[in-house]
Amino acid sequence: MANTETTGSARERHRTGRDTADSGAPGPVNGPGGPGGNGGSDGNGQAASDLAGLEAGLDALDSKSAARTSLGRVLLTKVLPPVVAIALVLLLWQLAFALELKEDYQLPSPLQVGSAIGDLWLKGTLLEVIWTSVSRGLLGFGIAIVIGTPLGLLVGKVWFVRAAIGPILTGLQSLPSVAWVPAAIIWFGLSDAMIYTVILLGAVPSIANGLVSGLDQVPPLYRRAGRVIGATGLAGVRHVLLPASLPGYLAGLKQGWAFAWRSLMAAEIIARSPDLGAGLGQLLENGRGNQDMAMVLSAILLILIVGIAIDLLVFAPLERRVLRSRGLLVSR
Amino acid sequence: MATALLKAPVDEQTEHGYAARIDHVSKSFGRQGEQQLVLDDISLDVAPGEFVTLLGASGCGKSTLLNLVAGLDRPSAGSIHVPGGRAALMFQEHALFPWLTAGKNIELALKMRGLPKGERRAEAERLLELVRLQGAHGKRVHELSGGMRQRVALARALAQDSQLLLMDEPFAALDAITRDVLHEELTRIWRETDVSVLFVTHNVREAVRLAQRVVLLSSRPGRIAREWRVDIPQPRRIEDAAVAQLSVEITEELRGEIRRHGQH
Repeated sequence: MANTETTGSARERHRTGRDTADSGAPGPVNGPGGPGGNGGSDGNGQAASDLAGLEAGLDALDSKSAARTSLGRVLLTKVLPPVVAIALVLLLWQLAFALELKEDYQLPSPLQVGSAIGDLWLKGTLLEVIWTSVSRGLLGFGIAIVIGTPLGLLVGKVWFVRAAIGPILTGLQSLPSVAWVPAAIIWFGLSDAMIYTVILLGAVPSIANGLVSGLDQVPPLYRRAGRVIGATGLAGVRHVLLPASLPGYLAGLKQGWAFAWRSLMAAEIIARSPDLGAGLGQLLENGRGNQDMAMVLSAILLILIVGIAIDLLVFAPLERRVLRSRGLLVSR
Repeated sequence: MATALLKAPVDEQTEHGYAARIDHVSKSFGRQGEQQLVLDDISLDVAPGEFVTLLGASGCGKSTLLNLVAGLDRPSAGSIHVPGGRAALMFQEHALFPWLTAGKNIELALKMRGLPKGERRAEAERLLELVRLQGAHGKRVHELSGGMRQRVALARALAQDSQLLLMDEPFAALDAITRDVLHEELTRIWRETDVSVLFVTHNVREAVRLAQRVVLLSSRPGRIAREWRVDIPQPRRIEDAAVAQLSVEITEELRGEIRRHGQH
C-alpha cells in the first residue's frame, strides 16, 4: 500500500513540474523511462506512453477470454442426458410390454414398432412419406414467413393497425388450427390449397406476434442512439429496429414452425384423398383404420422426430449464433 | 437550414463564434395545467473548441438540456442553434449495438454521415486508433470491458464528425481507475481534435478535472446558478491540489443550492 502512495506522490511532483514548465528541482525517477521533470516534449511523450501502457494493462485485465468447450464435454453435457432419457423410456416401454399391461394389438413392443418402420423403409415408402410432409411443412412455413413478417412489422410500428388487429392476432394463436380444417375443406375441397390454408392460419400469427414482441422489447436507448447517429426513418428500421428485434423474431419463427407442423398433421389426418400425396398424418390415420398399433406408433414417432430434427438442425444453431454474437448466451 | 448544411462546419463556427448557442431555453413536461418546469430560461454559449461541464444535483435537468441540444427533444420556449447541424451524443451506457462488432458500430455512424463505402473501414480503423483500440475492429461489444466500450462509443461519436460533442455522464458507471484513465484520454483527444465538448456530470472533481468552464445548475427548475473559469493548466490530474481547491469551493455552492430545497 505504502509503495503505491510513494509512486503517486512522485508522479504528482513530476506532473506539477511539467505543468508549470519549470524543471527546477531534479525530479525523482519515475518508472524506467528516466528522470522526471525534464519538461517539454520528452515528458509529454513519456506521459503518453505511460497512459497507453496503463490502458493496455486495464484492457488486458478486464478482457474475458472465450474458451470453446471441448468435444468430450459437449458429448458429456449435451448428448449423454437425452440418450439416457430415451433408453429409460424404451426400458419402461419394454417392461410394460413384458408385463402385458395391455393386449398385444394395443401395445406392441419397441422392437415391433422398429420393424414396422423397417418395413416402410424396405417398401421404399418411408422417405417418400416423410418428404411429402416435410416439403409441405417447409413450403407452408416459407409462405407464412413472407406474410407474417410484414404483418408483424405493420402491427408493431403502426398504432392503428395494432389497435385494430393486434388482439385478434394474439387470439388466433390460442385457436387450435385443427378448428380451421372443416372450414378449409368446405372452401377448397381436399386439395393442397386446403392444407396450406391450415398451415398459414396456424403459423402466421405466431411469426407476426414474435416480431411484434421483438420490436416492443427494443431498448429505448438503441432507438435514441440510432437517432443521434442519424439512423431515422427507413434507415432506422433497417439498421436499428430490425436487428434489435431479431431474438424475438427468431422465437416467433421457432413457434411458427411448431404451429405449422402441428397444423399440417391435423390437416393430413383429416384430409385423405387419392389426389393428395400420402404424408405422415395419412400414415397415422391408415394405421388407425387397419387397427395396426405398430404403424400408429411408428407414425407418431416419425412426426416427433421430424419436429425435433428441424428444431435441432435449423432453429437451435440459428438462435445460438444470434445470442452468442450478442453476448446473451449464458454458458455454464 | 439548407445553407447551413452546404457550408463546412468549421467555417460556420468561426462565422458564428460559437459551437452551440442555447438561447433563453425553457422546458416543461406534463399535461397542460399541471406542467412541471424542468429548465428555466437557460442561456449558454459553447465557444468553438471549448470544453464546458454542466454540473448539478439530481433534478437540475442537465440530461434534459443535453437531449434538447442533441435534437432528441424540443424546448418549450427559446431556441437552440448548433452550427453545422447535428451534435454527437455519448450516453452513460455505451449504447453500442450488440449485433455489430466494435468496428461496424463505428462504420454505421460513418455510413449515416454519408461517407462512401470504400472509405469507411480505414476511417473506422483510424478512429479506433485514436481511442487506442487498434485491432479491436472485429471484437464483439460483449467481449470488451466497460472502459473499452466507452472508448468505442467515443469513437462512434467522433465518427459523426460533428464539431460539438455532447457527453451525458459517460464515465459514471466506470470504476475509479478506468475513469481516471478515460479522463486523460478524453483530454488528449479533445486537444488533438478541434471538437467542442459539453459534458454533463454530477461529479464536481470530474467537472473541474476536465473543463475550461464549469457551469453550475440549480435544481427544480434548472437555472444557471453560477459559472467558473478553470485556469489550471492541462494536463491536470484529479488529485491535483488546485483541482481539489476549486472543487471544494464549487461543492460548497452546490450544497447551498441543494440545502435551499430542504427549507420549504
